[in-house]
Amino acid sequence: MKQVLFSVKENTPLTSNVYKMTMTGDCSNITAPGQFVNIKIDGLYLRRPISVCDIEENVLTIIYKVVGKGTEIMSKMTEGQILDVLTGLGNGYDISLSGENPLLIGGGVGVPPMYMLAKELKEQGKSVSVILGFNTKSEVFYENEFKALGCEVEVTTVDGSYGKKGFVTDALPSDYSYFFCCGPKPMLKAVYKATATSGQFSFEERMGCGFGACMGCSCKTVTGYKRICKDGPVLKKEEILWED
Amino acid sequence: MGRLSVNLCGIELDNPVIPASGTFGFGYEFAELYDINCLGTFSFKGTTKDGRFGNPTPRIAECTAGMINAVGLQNPGVEKVISEELPKLKKCFSKPVMANVSGFSVDDYAYTCEKLDSEEQIGWFEVNVSCPNVHGGGMSFGTDPKAAAEVTKAVKAVTTKPVIVKLSPNVTDIVSIAKACEDAGADGISLINTMLGMRIDLNRRIPVIKNKMGGFSGPAIFPVAVRMVYQVSKAVKIPVIGMGGVSTAEDVIEMMMAGATAVEIGAANLINPFACRDIISELPNTLDKYKINEIKDIIGVVE
Repeated sequence: MKQVLFSVKENTPLTSNVYKMTMTGDCSNITAPGQFVNIKIDGLYLRRPISVCDIEENVLTIIYKVVGKGTEIMSKMTEGQILDVLTGLGNGYDISLSGENPLLIGGGVGVPPMYMLAKELKEQGKSVSVILGFNTKSEVFYENEFKALGCEVEVTTVDGSYGKKGFVTDALPSDYSYFFCCGPKPMLKAVYKATATSGQFSFEERMGCGFGACMGCSCKTVTGYKRICKDGPVLKKEEILWED
Repeated sequence: MGRLSVNLCGIELDNPVIPASGTFGFGYEFAELYDINCLGTFSFKGTTKDGRFGNPTPRIAECTAGMINAVGLQNPGVEKVISEELPKLKKCFSKPVMANVSGFSVDDYAYTCEKLDSEEQIGWFEVNVSCPNVHGGGMSFGTDPKAAAEVTKAVKAVTTKPVIVKLSPNVTDIVSIAKACEDAGADGISLINTMLGMRIDLNRRIPVIKNKMGGFSGPAIFPVAVRMVYQVSKAVKIPVIGMGGVSTAEDVIEMMMAGATAVEIGAANLINPFACRDIISELPNTLDKYKINEIKDIIGVVE
């Protein structure tokens, strides 16, 4: 973990309530896709944990959905604004387990961390399939970005207004070596049941500190208690215990 | 002795700054970030007889100038604290540490303290009779003078080290509880633990915290803490550790003027992991600003 001051570069809407923010600063502590950063926002007490979408030299890209006060304030930030950010938080995905043709499954704002993951897997010469799940056409983002990386991309919408109608689990290919997944909990559970191989899931939880000190985001796993922020957010399929 | 040093129950601290229990783990998470030997000491994660997962999540809710937590004393239990956590703590911290202990019965408290008593690095016990997040224990001992005194006596009987009793603010008369602990042999009092609070998710019409209520901490509770530290320190002869929303070097001075011999810092560590280090390095300038020569000179100066 490192405390870094970032300068906002761009902050643009991708859909009606999902924004892409790029910022410049020291990204050296971000070492794995699936890690997150924790952003201090003036006037609010707790930092806001947001997953890393991409890093390029000293430019960090995050994609966030406006869901409350913090993200509302973030959506109004403009170029040049300085942000106090804790970087390199969480374990991230272990890509060494991917096999030759991994499957990446992202739902809603679970899509962003899949981008850096896809990029790294493509750099390793893997054949990467991606399923991006949304509720409806107007919520779809980043389809072309994944295609530009050379991934096989399938988009699903629950209402069928774009891509394949249904959930991400309705678009599972017949052959993949391993999977990586990020999205809302019901989606994670559905993927857990529907997948044939092993894989990794990224979890969300309300956090206090984001770096393992407060025990605010603990969960039970097969291998004992884990902190989503420090021992996660990525858990392997074999260690997950579904509680509710 | 430097100008920041204070004496806490017979042990000299380089400075009065102490990260509060539950916000600093067993130290090693923070030792990755800075040399934690700059601290006066720290109070390690509340330890109970048996290991505990704690409460279901969500355990955290944001508030204006603060937060609510309902962690519920998650810890590996005293045996594992001794075998796994304290060796790791020793590698990154060379000073006496404060052992924070909780329980669900008088015997629990005594058992855990007795086990920990032989651990050389433990300088003090901080006996938590004030956790708002567990049922059938914790705070119930801290809201009744007789029960608080009983726990104090039981712990004193099995330990050789100073016993500091950590009190709850969720009471009508905190002075009577502090005095009961003093009469029962407590060597110090620390206060305040978190205040019982609650937030509601307006969209879902349910409490934000799964456990419904939790402990409110952060800068919002600072004035309440200063008031209670003032009241208690005027009423007892033993040292008082002040805590509750302390976030700056000036807050440390204010707590000490109210009567605190040392000051614990909790929620601030979670927002800025460097908070305690930064406050310690700011203290000399703050002393200059308020024309204070040695920090111990201001303990309880407010009449």
